[in-house]
Amino acid sequence: MSNEFETVVGLEVHVELKTNTKIFCACKTAFGAEPNTQVCPICSGFPGMLPVLNKKVVELAIKTGLAINAEIASYCKFDRKNYFYPDLPNAYQISQFALPICTNGYLDIDVNGSQKRIRINRAHMEEDAGKLVHDGTITTTAFSLVDLNRTGVPLLEIVSEPDMRSAQEARAYLEKLRSMLLFAQVSDARMEEGSIRCDANVSVRRKGEEKLGVRAEIKNLNSFKAMEKAIEYEAKRQMEAIEDGETLIQETRTWDDEKGVTRSMRNKEEAHDYRYYPDPDLPPIQIDAAWIEEIKATLPEMPDAAKQRLQDQFGLPEYDAAIITTSPHSLSFFDQCVAVFPEAKTVSNWMMGELSRMLNQNNLEIQQCKITPAMLADLLKLIADGTISGKMAKSVFEKMFDSGNSAAQIIEEQGMVQISDEDTLRKIIAEIIDNNPVVVADYRSGKEKARGFLVGQVMKATKGQANPNSVNKILTELLTKEGD
Amino acid sequence: MELHELTLQQLIKELEEKKTNAQEIMTAILNRINAVDQKVKAFLTLNQEAAIEKAREFDRQPWQGKIAGIPFALKDNYCTKGVRTTCASKMLENFIPPYDATLVKKLYAEGGILTGKLNLDEFAMGSSTELSAFFPSHNPWDLERVPGGSSGGSAAAVAADEIPFSLASDTGGSIRQPAAYCGVVGLKPTYGRVSRWGIVAYASSLDQAGVITKDVSDAALVLSIIAGYDPLESTSVQMEVPDYTAFLNTDIKGLKIGYPKEYFQQGVDGKITETLKKALLKYEEMGAHIEEVSLPHSEYALPAYYIIGPAEASSNMGKFDGVRYGLRDFSADNVADLFSLSRQAGFGPEVKRRIMLGTYALSSGYYDAYYLKALKVRRLINDDFAKVFSSFDVIVAPTTPTTAFKIGENTDDILTAYMNDILTVPINMAGLPGISIPCGLADGLPVGMQIIGKPFAETTLLKAAYAFEQATDYHQLKPSLGVR
Ligand SMILES: [Zn+2]
Repeated sequence: MSNEFETVVGLEVHVELKTNTKIFCACKTAFGAEPNTQVCPICSGFPGMLPVLNKKVVELAIKTGLAINAEIASYCKFDRKNYFYPDLPNAYQISQFALPICTNGYLDIDVNGSQKRIRINRAHMEEDAGKLVHDGTITTTAFSLVDLNRTGVPLLEIVSEPDMRSAQEARAYLEKLRSMLLFAQVSDARMEEGSIRCDANVSVRRKGEEKLGVRAEIKNLNSFKAMEKAIEYEAKRQMEAIEDGETLIQETRTWDDEKGVTRSMRNKEEAHDYRYYPDPDLPPIQIDAAWIEEIKATLPEMPDAAKQRLQDQFGLPEYDAAIITTSPHSLSFFDQCVAVFPEAKTVSNWMMGELSRMLNQNNLEIQQCKITPAMLADLLKLIADGTISGKMAKSVFEKMFDSGNSAAQIIEEQGMVQISDEDTLRKIIAEIIDNNPVVVADYRSGKEKARGFLVGQVMKATKGQANPNSVNKILTELLTKEGD
Repeated sequence: MELHELTLQQLIKELEEKKTNAQEIMTAILNRINAVDQKVKAFLTLNQEAAIEKAREFDRQPWQGKIAGIPFALKDNYCTKGVRTTCASKMLENFIPPYDATLVKKLYAEGGILTGKLNLDEFAMGSSTELSAFFPSHNPWDLERVPGGSSGGSAAAVAADEIPFSLASDTGGSIRQPAAYCGVVGLKPTYGRVSRWGIVAYASSLDQAGVITKDVSDAALVLSIIAGYDPLESTSVQMEVPDYTAFLNTDIKGLKIGYPKEYFQQGVDGKITETLKKALLKYEEMGAHIEEVSLPHSEYALPAYYIIGPAEASSNMGKFDGVRYGLRDFSADNVADLFSLSRQAGFGPEVKRRIMLGTYALSSGYYDAYYLKALKVRRLINDDFAKVFSSFDVIVAPTTPTTAFKIGENTDDILTAYMNDILTVPINMAGLPGISIPCGLADGLPVGMQIIGKPFAETTLLKAAYAFEQATDYHQLKPSLGVR
């Protein structure tokens, strides 16, 4: 039944811009500081205090705008969004309402092998609010503590058009956006630290229908997974409601990750009237073309261009190129590695295989990894020149990952050098053949399995260090010879 | 003359010539305050011990500065580090700021000594100082009359020789109107000429700090100290600060003075217009060119002001929520009650009225009809002035439609009370500089002449005022501190 419906998703993504100081005062923005240690009279809303715009915020907003293919306004301004909440010291958030800094952008995402363009309506600068610490909810808690460290941390809210048609597309968009932010170096873009936060506008409609359905805004999406699950749940809920003849209402809902459901927070009638109006304390911002050009010149190679380059220059498959270009750190790792060890596909395989597995296992990001691109290149060289086998290399790699020691050092310490010397191997293999007449006989009578046993014995005798190619060659030679 | 009767520059001279010392001056001032302030009620807080100690320190080891060793006082919406700053509101009755307003720092830097904090209408909303949450101030010319407002304490204290000069703020006439009622000089500079940082905001796009003195030359001196760009204040203007005292001379031959016909109608008392006409003739005698001009949108200024002012106020007052400082109602058992009970107890009726007016004007559905319309009116008023200033140097008009009214006379009639600002509000709407100087008495009460200048043309303004003052002796009239 529900396949008559399609899901329509638009995302509002709050990006914390990477500045040293807050948007309107000189307080630090460092993550994880003791509560209320990064506050001053300005960001805690004391009487008579006034904001001064941090120019770096505008610069990063412009940079982001360029990264998401948006138009940069030559003139924009700040508005006040008025509402009362204990984490909002001035009882208004300084934001941009009427004239945002960026409009009409887009990002291209991959959907089942083809490209889809997701339009971006706008991106605007604003200040973050503080944090409340309490048990349960603000209405049930006995008391609530206010931490204003985050108050005034600069944000850019990036609002997409309702161009996504599934949770997967929403995820692809958010991942693409995240990689753009990382490449442009405008944000740490860490979802778990809240440096990117996402609200999803979800509605459903009958296929072929042009009019958008009644949307729900879903909040509290703290991970990619939560976002996907919430969108899927919400779309299904709405489809079922429509099929049951219910009338949907425009509302704000919150995602309960534990229970896996969305719950209504407030409907349109209960929605705040924010009474936006131009902030009289902040003059409008003028952005001239020269400034935009200057910032454009600082933008590094962006993921789409890098992906194309990896395919053109190194002949990498599109899939590999896409994965390597999800973060600037991974791209730079690849580039540095192939500069020393030019077999690009091998580098890519190791990055997507062993490296990615170990990073996931240890919950690390590539830039936190003890293995440098040069170290991986050295390891790959040792495989290529036959010093160690691919199998040994995996174990060496794990040790490198944990210790940060070089491949050569680990190989030496563990005595792991591959035995490729044919005389040595011939002696060992001859002895094994002598000691296993029954198996040899089985092999000669056509049981291929028996050969595997013999190889195993050789490996056992050499503690896995025998060069497998040489072993095969010599084994064939000796078994054939004796059979004559 | 007694020390407390002297002007600022007379005191500076006495000190320089070592005819007296800082301690004697401070003692004279404090004695005067102690003698008359039970009647005038200008001061909310006296900084007595600290002030005397500071004066003693100065005499032991004098420091340099334009007002070194001289006492001054501040309207109690200027934040003063370590000195209670109440805004004449229960909300901030016990609020001690951890910082000094920029202008306070500037006065300190030039060696001035803070003597006390002066009464005002609560949060500078009012025209009589009757709306102070603590007590009304009285007009030294007739103690049964109001000193005007909102800077009533600042004007009354100067008029009663309790302080040689005071700083105040002017949002719709709050410096000029009480200066007129009390027969002293009140200067509101161009919007952006002086910093608002550390002055508790009422309506940010209209608020401007200024000075109340005994004569024009003192106003020029204090303006030279307080004017200038403040990196902490985004709407302050980067412009060189002239020595305003250097432009004071009596040669105003050829000065083009326009007098707007609208300011001589609109229910302006006949005795006031008579006095003003005499003043204009005086100017003509001195060689100025006098001509009637028109500011056709004047009648819309007041209603537009009572939309823009309250709109901004409704947002500026939000920070007083009982969470971080100020009055808090501890009986509240949830956050919504904490906000509303604290604000209910902390704000007086006029503050509440303006918050409600402003909230309404900014509400969705009303924004265009009220706030946006008011902004359009503001532009028209601006254009009116620009047009006149294309062929005139200054505009001369009455400061107020009547002389000081009786305490209690207008408390039940809000509209009549609001009408007091009718001749001063347009100047704030256009952000122009304005000064009120004494130009005679009507029924024994001072009449103020308002001189309005082009943006940042304080020099011309002060020169015109100074020339008149030199040709007359109205500024030397002293009140009797009795009841008429
Ligand atoms: Zn701060």
